[in-house]
Order: sequence, then C-alpha cells, then structure tokens
Amino acid sequence: MNAIRKKINPGWILVAPFLLLVVALYLGPIMNILWLSVTDPEPGLSNYQKLYQSDTMARIIWTTFRICVVTTIFSVFLGYWIAYAMVHCHQQQKNYMLAFLLVSFWISILVRTFSWLMLLGRKGLVNDALGGIGVISEPIAFMRNELGVLIGMVHYMVPYAVLPLLVNMQSLDMRVMNASRNLGATGTQTFWRVYLPLTTPGLVSSTLLVFILSLGFYVTPAVLGGGKVLMIAEYISVQLLVTLKWGTAAMLAALMLLGVLAMLYIMSQFMKLSTVFGGSSS
Amino acid sequence: MSNSDHTQGSLQLTDLSKYFGEFCAVNKVSLEIQKGEFLTLLGPSGSGKTTLLMMIAGFVDITSGDIALDGTTIVDIPAEKRNFGMVFQGYALFPHMTVRDNIGYALSVRKRPAKEITERVDEMLELVQLQDFANRKPNQLSGGQQQRVALARALCFAPPVLLLDEPLGALDKKLRVEVQQQLKDIHKHVGTTFIYVTHDQEEALSMSDRIVIMRDGAIEQVGSPYDLYEHPATEFSASFLGKSNFLRRPDGLYALRPEKIDIRAAGNGGEPARLTGAIKSITYFGSMQRIIVSIPDGDELEVDIDSWRNQDPLHEGQQVDMLWQDIAAVKLAEG
Repeated sequence: MNAIRKKINPGWILVAPFLLLVVALYLGPIMNILWLSVTDPEPGLSNYQKLYQSDTMARIIWTTFRICVVTTIFSVFLGYWIAYAMVHCHQQQKNYMLAFLLVSFWISILVRTFSWLMLLGRKGLVNDALGGIGVISEPIAFMRNELGVLIGMVHYMVPYAVLPLLVNMQSLDMRVMNASRNLGATGTQTFWRVYLPLTTPGLVSSTLLVFILSLGFYVTPAVLGGGKVLMIAEYISVQLLVTLKWGTAAMLAALMLLGVLAMLYIMSQFMKLSTVFGGSSS
Repeated sequence: MSNSDHTQGSLQLTDLSKYFGEFCAVNKVSLEIQKGEFLTLLGPSGSGKTTLLMMIAGFVDITSGDIALDGTTIVDIPAEKRNFGMVFQGYALFPHMTVRDNIGYALSVRKRPAKEITERVDEMLELVQLQDFANRKPNQLSGGQQQRVALARALCFAPPVLLLDEPLGALDKKLRVEVQQQLKDIHKHVGTTFIYVTHDQEEALSMSDRIVIMRDGAIEQVGSPYDLYEHPATEFSASFLGKSNFLRRPDGLYALRPEKIDIRAAGNGGEPARLTGAIKSITYFGSMQRIIVSIPDGDELEVDIDSWRNQDPLHEGQQVDMLWQDIAAVKLAEG
C-alpha cells in the first residue's frame, strides 16, 4: 500500500475530480458516437459503406470540403491583413479596431446571418440600391446559393482568423525587421523573406482554427444557402431529427473528427504544434 | 581581405537635433568622425546616444541639422539604401535562417551570384571563427556566438560604417572582456569606421580611439580615452568616466582621481600633508584597496591604493595624511 502511495503523485488527487468529469462528459459521449456509428441500425460497417454507395453523401462531403477551404483562404487572408494593420497602427486606432473585433464576437451568429439576408437578399438593400440607380435590371443572386454561404461564413470567421495572427505579430521583435532594412532589403523583400516566415505559426494556427470551425457550420449554410447548399452539419441534424438515422449521423460525426485529427497530424509533420498553440518553440 | 575600399567612411554631423514632441532627445550635436576610427558614444541611459545612432542608421528621422557621409548629405536616403552595417542590441538575428543565410542576407537581397555569396560568407565565418556553425540556427548558439554572427552579418557587404548598439550588453562579464579584444582585432583588420554605443565606461576606455560623452542629448566632452580620463572638463565627465573626488577651492572646483592620492599614517613627517582625516572604511579588492577618509569639513575622500603598498596596514579610525601632486588635481569648468 505504501509502495503504491509513494508512486502516485498527490497532485493527482486534486486533478482527479476534473479528470473524471472530462471522461464522463466529454470522452464518454464521443465514444458513444463512435460506437453508434458501427452498431446502429445493425452491427457492422454498413454506415461507412454509404460513403461510396450514396452520391448524395459524396456530394455533401465535397461541398462541405470546398466551402471550408474557400472560407479558410479568404478569412485567413483578410485576417492577416487586419492583424497586420492592427499591429502597425497607432495605439488608439488599435484599441478601436480591437473593440470592433470583440463586438462581432458578442453578436449572435443568427442575428449576423439574418442581417446579411436583409443586405443582400433579392429585395435587400444592395439590390434595391443598384436597381434604383439603374446599374442592374435583375437583382443579383447573392443569397440562397454557395456565394451567400461563403459571404456569411467568411464574415463570421474573420475575427477568429485575426486573433492567433495578432498574438503572433505582436510577439515579433521589430528590431529583426529593422535589421533586414539595414542590410539593404526593400519592404517587399523584408516581408517575404522575414516577416512572413516569422508569422507562419500564426498563419497555421489561424488556418486550423478557421477550417475546423467551418467544418461544423450549421446556421449560416441553412439560412443563407436557402436549403440549396447542404453541408455535413445540417445533414447530420436532418438524420437525427427528421429521418432518425442515428447511425448515419454518428458515422458522419466520426468522419469529421477523423478529418480534424488527420489535419493536425499532417500539420505536425511540418512544424511543432506546440508553437502553433502558443507554446515556446525551443 | 578587402572589406572596405577605404575611400569612404568619414561622417560629419552638423547641429543634429531630434525632438519627440516637446522632448529633446538629441540637442545640436556636431561631430566629425574620421574614416576608420573607433568612436564610442558613452552616456547614461536617456542621454540620447542610441537615438543619435538610430538617426545615423536612418531609423529615426532628424528634426534639424545634417548628416553627411564623406561630405555628401545622406539625410534623405532611407535606411535600406544607406549601406551602413549595424549590430543591434539583442543582435536581432533572423531566427528562421541558418548562420550562413543570416550572414549572406545582405548580399542575397542585393541579388549577387550564389558563388560570390558563398565565398564571401566563408570569409566572414572565418573572420569570426564560426566555420563549424554555418548550418546552425541562432537559437542553437551561445550569446557570444550570436554576437559574432551579428557582427559578421553587418560586415558582410563591406559597409563604410559599422554602427554597434550596446553589442556586448547581453554577455556576462568574463566573456565581454574576451569579445572586446576580438572586436578591436576585427576593427583593425577590416578598417571600417566603427561607431559604438555603450554605457559601460570600461568598454569605452579600452576599445575606443575617441570617446564622446553624452548627457541629456548633448555632447559633454569629446576626446581620446587618455584625454578624457586625465583631463575631464566637467564634473559630469569626471564622475561618469572613472571615479573622482571633487575638491572645492577658492578658485574653483577640482577633480582628483582616487588612485592619484598618496596616503600615510598621520604625523610621519616628510612632505607636509595636503589634507588630513580619519579612515572611515577600507574595502579590499585583491589587487587594490579602496579607503574612504572622512575629512574635517564633513566630506569624504576616496583613495585607491595598490594592496602591496599597504604592508603596514592602515586600519579604520586611524588618522591619516593625504598628499598628491599639483597636476593630479584637474580644474573643472563649472556649468
């Protein structure tokens, strides 16, 4: 008994309740989903067979992937731009920008999605205005298609893309950029050869964050896609609530989880993930 | 090695000033810097020495005055076109590049042929003795090695002027003395004009051809280390460069270096004492001892003597006579 007690760090006693909670409330359900995906409606891999048997499924997965990639590219690009401006402008302007960024976090996604509908719908502000001054004769179809979903998702994701980049850029030693100038590099050269490489960890973590969050998007595609753009999350909800095929839903959820893990694995091959998640690089 | 072509490298600063809002960081500095000179800007923090260096480098705009290289003004030339080498405080190496790429950076952004870059970098690696570390990243090097990489990187494109901003500040004391010698050797070897910023008086004394003592953004005194130490012009110069006692006499204020005072037990006869007093404390430093003597008017005098001369030890509380030669006391300008 004593021997055991010596081997166990007493710190575990403090951690144990929370560890149990995490296992019970987090790992448990995930295991349950994985379990469901191979047991419902009957044991076996029938759910996973649908992946290559059903065209619908393949199309949904492809749509989801495509939308997530495009959203990530635009969000990270805009995010990089904004973060760069925030780091390099005056303190007061920076505070304003940060406030705007935070405000967008406080507004419900539902509200933000519907406001796009009002702006860009067939009878929305933009189409009315353009029609009124005679630039267009037919309303432009911004909404109820993939473009609408992309606009809504990029808008929602940009603040998430900004934060990791902002942290990364703020921690840079500006003397290094001065050193580059001093050695004769132009602004463009300094950006490509020094600034961009040094902000790669921020870019990677921003990309990961936006892509992973995009995968699970539900409200925006449902509202702005107008039922025409079906992404995995919405399809899962249909399986759960309408057709009651829990096995299929669980399979898709498991697939998303695997996708995220695979992506983390690939990233870890190129760089130390601890630097991406804010740990030290040494 | 042909580092500098020796046709360039003299700098002329004329009435150079820098204001940050109301605050005057650099105040009407005029200075001639010779080609190939090792010039040190010495001063306490806030004296404007780093700002002055950054103005020469082109990172800080000047408010008024002029900077000229070999007689031609350079104030309108941006930092990246000035071709001045610089060793930054904390080195500012590129953390994502190898030592080789760091050193070759200046040539590579000038789009020089790869072969030329390789040869030149090899030359620089040899100069700073880092041949075996060419493929390391900066975080795999010690502080002293990083310092040498920064130096090699700044010298690689053969600049006419090298600016050094407290380059030894991050090193421990023993290493610093070693690197001081290396820096001096390299300066002699490449013949580039060095402008060196430090707040360390020992560094300034041991390395420089000339020292500029700065105070509140203005030049307090310029001269060779010997001149400044032996003939300080002001109380500030005397106390910032080395230690000094100050004596008030009817005709003015005098500076008296502690090691120029001879001390002996009172009433031993011989030459009459200049001052008498009682020993307040004796501190032993190995090669020398620092004796603090209380003198009658309430002041204290610091006396440094070589330990070997204190064979018949003086002790605290003892009455002593102090003597010095006339030339030891230097009359100061009063500001």
